[in-house]
Amino acid sequence: MTASQIIFLIVAVLAIGSAIAVVTAQNLIRAALWLIAVFFWVAGIFGMLNADFIAVTQVMLYIGGIAVLILFAVMLTRKVMHEPGSRYNDNLWLSALLAVLVLAGILAVVLPVAWPTLQTADVSGNVRALGLAFVDKNQYLLPFEIASILLIAALVGAVAIALPTKEQL
Amino acid sequence: MIPTSYFIILSAILFTLGAIGVLVRRNAIVIFMAIELMLNAANLAFVAFARQFGAENGQVLVFFVMTVAAAEVAIGLALIVAIFRNKQSINIDDLHELKG
Repeated sequence: MTASQIIFLIVAVLAIGSAIAVVTAQNLIRAALWLIAVFFWVAGIFGMLNADFIAVTQVMLYIGGIAVLILFAVMLTRKVMHEPGSRYNDNLWLSALLAVLVLAGILAVVLPVAWPTLQTADVSGNVRALGLAFVDKNQYLLPFEIASILLIAALVGAVAIALPTKEQL
Repeated sequence: MIPTSYFIILSAILFTLGAIGVLVRRNAIVIFMAIELMLNAANLAFVAFARQFGAENGQVLVFFVMTVAAAEVAIGLALIVAIFRNKQSINIDDLHELKG
């Protein structure tokens, strides 16, 4: 086992542990902070996959944007931070069994595949190729523009939904 | 060199944990976090396959997944805040009425 594999295993165990903490945490703020930890470990794994640009985007967008937004939502709904009663619903064991079956199904498909050995030089870390793919009209220019429209629509929609109506003020 | 299957197994485990979170928790915000967990696991699989096949298409798709995740979380959290203002609860077992 090489050094990079040992580092991968350590980060993977940390990511899985943090993810378990997200799902089982009683306190919502703690769950959100564990979620930030998961995003951080996954960003590190993106770095191991030579996807350095994706790793930086993960830190900026997920940790800087999404996780902070979730923290805000937790604080805006402060009364439910310590809910009475169980934090799990009545279907705990059935649901867990179902999810484990999903895991078994995925692994049964993935594990038998013999992945060909990789060449050391690969283009997937090439930020220049990534940027050109986004602005090439034969590749991803149209989805890229649609994504920006989607973001504006989501922004306006979020403000419209969250704004209190006149009688609530 | 780390084999691709390691990343896929990690992605599958993270996805399963997210699925468990969606299925068993009662708080809507935690369900949101679990959905983010599943999207992140899918991104991990995309990037692993992008490296495996030496193509940047997988990484381009990750950007679109991240865009949709950002839009989804903005709208979803706005909905949760609006529901909380009306019902003083975001326990999904309490949210079973169609009329306000």
